[in-house]
Amino acid sequence: MNPLVSQLVAADVLAPGSGAFDTLIPLPVILPLFGAALSVVFARIRPIQRIISFTTLIIIVITNITMLIRVDDVGDPIAGPGGVAVSQAGGWKAPLGISLVVDRLSAIMLVVSSLMLLSVLVYAVGEHSEERRFAAFHPVYLVLAAGVSASFVTGDLFNLFVAFEMMLVASYVLLTLGGRAGQVRSGMSYVVISLIASTFFITALALVYSATGTVNMAELSERIPELSQGVQVGFSLLLLVVFGIKAGLFPLFFWLPDSYPTAPNAITAVFAGLLTKVGVYAIIRTQLLLFPEGAQQGTLLLVVAGLTMVTGVLGALSQDDLQRILSFHIVSHIGYMIFGLALFTLAGVAGAVFYVVHHIVVKTALFLVAGLIEARAGSDRLSRLGGMVRASPMLAILFALPAMSIAGLPPFSGFVAKFALVDAGIAADRWAIVAVSLGVSLLTMYVMGRIWSGVFWGEPQADSIAETLADRTVRLPVLMTASTVAVVAMTIGLMVFAGPLYDLAERAAIDLLEPSRYMDAVLGADR
Amino acid sequence: MSVLLAFAAAMLFATGTFLLLQRRLSRIIIGIGLIGHGSNILLLTSGRTGRGLPPIIGSADPTDFADPLPQALALTSIVITFGVTAFLFALGYRSWKLTNDDIVEDDVEDRYIARRRKVDRQVAESEAAERERAAEEDRS
Repeated sequence: MNPLVSQLVAADVLAPGSGAFDTLIPLPVILPLFGAALSVVFARIRPIQRIISFTTLIIIVITNITMLIRVDDVGDPIAGPGGVAVSQAGGWKAPLGISLVVDRLSAIMLVVSSLMLLSVLVYAVGEHSEERRFAAFHPVYLVLAAGVSASFVTGDLFNLFVAFEMMLVASYVLLTLGGRAGQVRSGMSYVVISLIASTFFITALALVYSATGTVNMAELSERIPELSQGVQVGFSLLLLVVFGIKAGLFPLFFWLPDSYPTAPNAITAVFAGLLTKVGVYAIIRTQLLLFPEGAQQGTLLLVVAGLTMVTGVLGALSQDDLQRILSFHIVSHIGYMIFGLALFTLAGVAGAVFYVVHHIVVKTALFLVAGLIEARAGSDRLSRLGGMVRASPMLAILFALPAMSIAGLPPFSGFVAKFALVDAGIAADRWAIVAVSLGVSLLTMYVMGRIWSGVFWGEPQADSIAETLADRTVRLPVLMTASTVAVVAMTIGLMVFAGPLYDLAERAAIDLLEPSRYMDAVLGADR
Repeated sequence: MSVLLAFAAAMLFATGTFLLLQRRLSRIIIGIGLIGHGSNILLLTSGRTGRGLPPIIGSADPTDFADPLPQALALTSIVITFGVTAFLFALGYRSWKLTNDDIVEDDVEDRYIARRRKVDRQVAESEAAERERAAEEDRS
């Protein structure tokens, strides 16, 4: 052994890697980055690029499912105590090196996000548009995958910033791929607002580091409670603003419905499903791990959650463009997740985790269907469409299932998720927010009904659309339909396995509400 | 030194914020650059310990060392801001080529919906006027 290395090991700062799990945790980040590099080399040969992307994402899905099973298995010794698996990059011990941490919440998010990334890639290949025209699509898509995974596994606040940037830079490119006037216009405001959020993040990091001397989340969890109350609340609010912009919380959501719909359909679906939810994940993680009870902003978050729900759904009501209705609708549903978190009770957090999973799958499904509607009819405006239930009954079914789920009709997963949240709200005596969330549910139902009657019922409003729909020889693109069917099937899967999934969310919530497990796993129980 | 740096950071934040509020992308980009510098200076000052000597073991008393971590963090964030700024410039150039301008425009769809409401109101008003006219004719 190198003398310097043995000196470092003796000083207890370096612990050469151990166990198979160590090699598993970095895979969801490293593989896509490696794949992206390889994909750039084969920029001119699209089939090879496709093979690279598919292999990478399939391996990641398998890795993530393995990790979820092992982290959730209490008896598994490798996962460490309390279902938290840690990998210290390069073997440097916790506060010095880069910690990658997978607990139940991270593992759940990893599995769901990689499944969505894979399905949407199939859809994008079938769409014959941006994916075929631009060599940059595959590399950038893989970087996006790496960024999303990295934000879920990082155990370090600064690396969370780096992961966010990786994801955002990829999203800037994907959003403006093609460089049409509308994309450039909305791309400008999207990039600028994200950059401002990132600068806030750096500022917050600088302040946190000068107050505590660390950016490792486990160590921060130990040191932030030692600070004075005012400083704690300040940090908590600063991080809330940073992640609130990314998550689309009221009043920081305005960029979202403007920018998402201009992207290519497949890209909008993956943004809608994943990007805002990464922000929600960061809010859940930082609020629960870093801050003690006194600095958690329960009431403020509840007010923000209520306003987010209401403004989002009202925005969705006034829109005419299908993609924009659904985009406003994302905002509304972010409110539900924050509502669950803001209760800071076991039932509330478990409900929020379940809601995040449900929302990622269902929202992606809805956006994929919206893309199919546009592919079939040539427009996505309610004021032009109509009568598609006759022209394409299959699309009607594909839309109806996730739409009923998101409106919260029993027995779909949306009902289970909303029921869990409302139940938790009643148990915590937060009647106002319960009333708001139920009212917004009704409005959601109305929004979905509006889409249904505008797109599927009646007669086409525009002659050109009527002509396209009357042409029975037009077939739906096979790959796009297959991928949409797969995602809709997943929403049904969420409904069928709602019981076990909710139990899993509850176990994740138990971990989250007891940060000492996370700290023990990262810093060592004998610290 | 610390006061000077704090003052510099404050000035950068202030000018940056002013430029951010402009309508032209070129000014916004400069504003973002300035705010980015401000937060990087903040990061640097968060690592000031002792006299700020290079942290090489054996070269000086460890209490005089500067903390190297914030410097590494600042470097990372500089690189990221650099890349994104370059991307923004490319966007601005594209916008200039498409529209001969780099003004950040309003949301088109929002204007469409606002106009739709105005049309609705006009329709309602003309209907009301018609009804009134009909009522008057009835009376006469």
